[in-house]
Amino acid sequence: MKETLYDKIWNDHYILDNDDKSSLIYIDRHLIHEVTSPQAFDGLDIKKREIWNKKSIMATTDHNVPTINRDQGIADPVSKIQIEALRDNCKKHNIELYDLDNLKQGIVHVIGPELGMTQPGMTIVCGDSHTSTHGALASLSFGIGTSDVEHVLATQCLNLTKEKNFNIEINGKLHPYITSKDLILYIIGSIGTSGGTGYTIEYTGTTISDLSIESRMTICNMTIEAGAKSGLMAFDEKTHGYLKDREFLPSTKHYDKALQYWETLKSDDDVEFDRKDIFDAGDIQPQVTWGTSPEMVASVDECIPSSESINNEEEYLDTLSYMGLKPKTEIKSIELDKVFIGSCTNSRIEDLRQAAEVVEGEKVSKQIKQAIIVPGSGLVKAQAEKEGLDKVFMNAGFEWRDPGCSMCLGMNDDFLQPYERCASTSNRNFQGRQGDKGRTHLVSPGMAAVAAIKGHFYNVKDFMNEK
Amino acid sequence: MKSRSYHGQVIPINRDNVDTDLIIPKQYLKSIKKSGFGPYLFDSLRYKDTATLDSNDKREENLDFILNKQPFREGNILVSKTNFGCGSSREHAVWAIQNYGIDVVIAVSFADIFSRNSFKNGLLLISLDSQTIDKILKSSLSSSAYVLDVKLSEDRILLPDNKEIPFSISDSYKERIINDLDDIELTLKHKDQIKNYEDQMKLIKPWLFNNE
Repeated sequence: MKETLYDKIWNDHYILDNDDKSSLIYIDRHLIHEVTSPQAFDGLDIKKREIWNKKSIMATTDHNVPTINRDQGIADPVSKIQIEALRDNCKKHNIELYDLDNLKQGIVHVIGPELGMTQPGMTIVCGDSHTSTHGALASLSFGIGTSDVEHVLATQCLNLTKEKNFNIEINGKLHPYITSKDLILYIIGSIGTSGGTGYTIEYTGTTISDLSIESRMTICNMTIEAGAKSGLMAFDEKTHGYLKDREFLPSTKHYDKALQYWETLKSDDDVEFDRKDIFDAGDIQPQVTWGTSPEMVASVDECIPSSESINNEEEYLDTLSYMGLKPKTEIKSIELDKVFIGSCTNSRIEDLRQAAEVVEGEKVSKQIKQAIIVPGSGLVKAQAEKEGLDKVFMNAGFEWRDPGCSMCLGMNDDFLQPYERCASTSNRNFQGRQGDKGRTHLVSPGMAAVAAIKGHFYNVKDFMNEK
Repeated sequence: MKSRSYHGQVIPINRDNVDTDLIIPKQYLKSIKKSGFGPYLFDSLRYKDTATLDSNDKREENLDFILNKQPFREGNILVSKTNFGCGSSREHAVWAIQNYGIDVVIAVSFADIFSRNSFKNGLLLISLDSQTIDKILKSSLSSSAYVLDVKLSEDRILLPDNKEIPFSISDSYKERIINDLDDIELTLKHKDQIKNYEDQMKLIKPWLFNNE
């Protein structure tokens, strides 16, 4: 029988069927961070349970950490307790922790692939919904809650019900300066934030083949914003190229065998999916979200839609009132207070290069109160500094920070004040996400950079042509 | 199977896409406990000011928000629209709902990770079609009290006008809510099968073990 990539990875990790239609599935890699793990470790302690396989676990501090003045320690006492709980738990159980003093510390979904802990064909979980990111390396990866974190710690397995197969095929060439961020925002705008609920989405097509692995990660990352827990992409030469020389890759002894296995990680030709949608990359312009759900998105040259195009008028008006915007406003006329370039969606070296290309020789608009760049990891930061990108940003008036989740969710000191408006390369524009009453517009790194320079939204393609 | 039913006031949250940031904002995720989240449920809608875990003495309530009005304040059956619980994987969202005293969430649809977290914690989620949901939302918003009887063992909800609405729920979900199962213990019954699987994989995919 023909199989999808999802079917293959599922079958390779299948142990047995339970009575209730769920199956026991083995988990290869478990990533943990400070926010969703303390209650899970407590649970183990209470029941006096052991961890099944410590070597499958990698821990980092990311959600809650300061991105500035780290030598002064963590000022917020509540954050400090949580971070210290992770340190204690890792020490007690002998788990590898990439802490603030480690060059390799960073956002869990940036460092997993970067260090080669994310490998094709693996099942990977983390107490974080953006675990979908790792699917770009042909691994079945998804976010779990804290009870499941505890379950994986204790059993190395989860009882899962198989999702349906959804294929999103994208063909054609993206226009210059249009990125995978625009592509995934466009797709979410089309299928909606619950379009992928109950499915695992596999992305295929010539556009995906042409994209780098880092760009592919941005798409898988935001798959959860389309309602699906996992996004997947087949293993190909680019995947292989990306993996080469990563620290935790299989040793030479097993490498050829691993590679042989990885090369099988694609859907069979002509396999049937439960659902299939096709997109043309040539249709896509730079995207900007205007509301409080990622599906509320438009091209930068368009206007905020009128209420006729929305099902629920009351909700539409509530959204615009929260966002401080009026129907039919031109996106380009929206003025910003802050700019955030970072998050597990867009904080990798390619993202910073895209932003730097725009920023080179320019200045941040006087209207912008703060523009910050938060690299996804210490290694990304070091690479950017090696290329001189930090200078480009700082000369323009950006702040150059230490790695962490930062203003994507504002658990640390980087957050919006009430009613501030932010161009953000992150993944969620929910009410209060970046700070109480804060207003978020999701965009690509290039679009965020242009917004910082202009003080309002502007088409990055036009900006670069005029430059 | 024991019978289990929930009787109580509806809390209508008349919107789609109620996300987990709305259910419990990030500043409260710094807690390392599973309890104490009730006062922060729908925090940004419920209060005019903001708080943190270590500074939360006097809060100014937003009296326009449904949860600050009677009889909704004492409600235990939350009703909402599509894609309830979308967003992050924070189980704190389920804990906050339960800590507040809500026993059942009824909506048109639920996000996947939220559903799983609810299942794990024995929070009853019921999906109903959008016409029925709209009717419940409308009726509960326009009457002073709107009380439902959710009869879990009979898979039906009794409306105040005595009309019955059937719903479907899997036996395993029902069993979990009634019996408060220990999942880990159940899985560890298969310990030998898990070890067998691992032994097999050590031969087939040796690179996955011990970084060899």
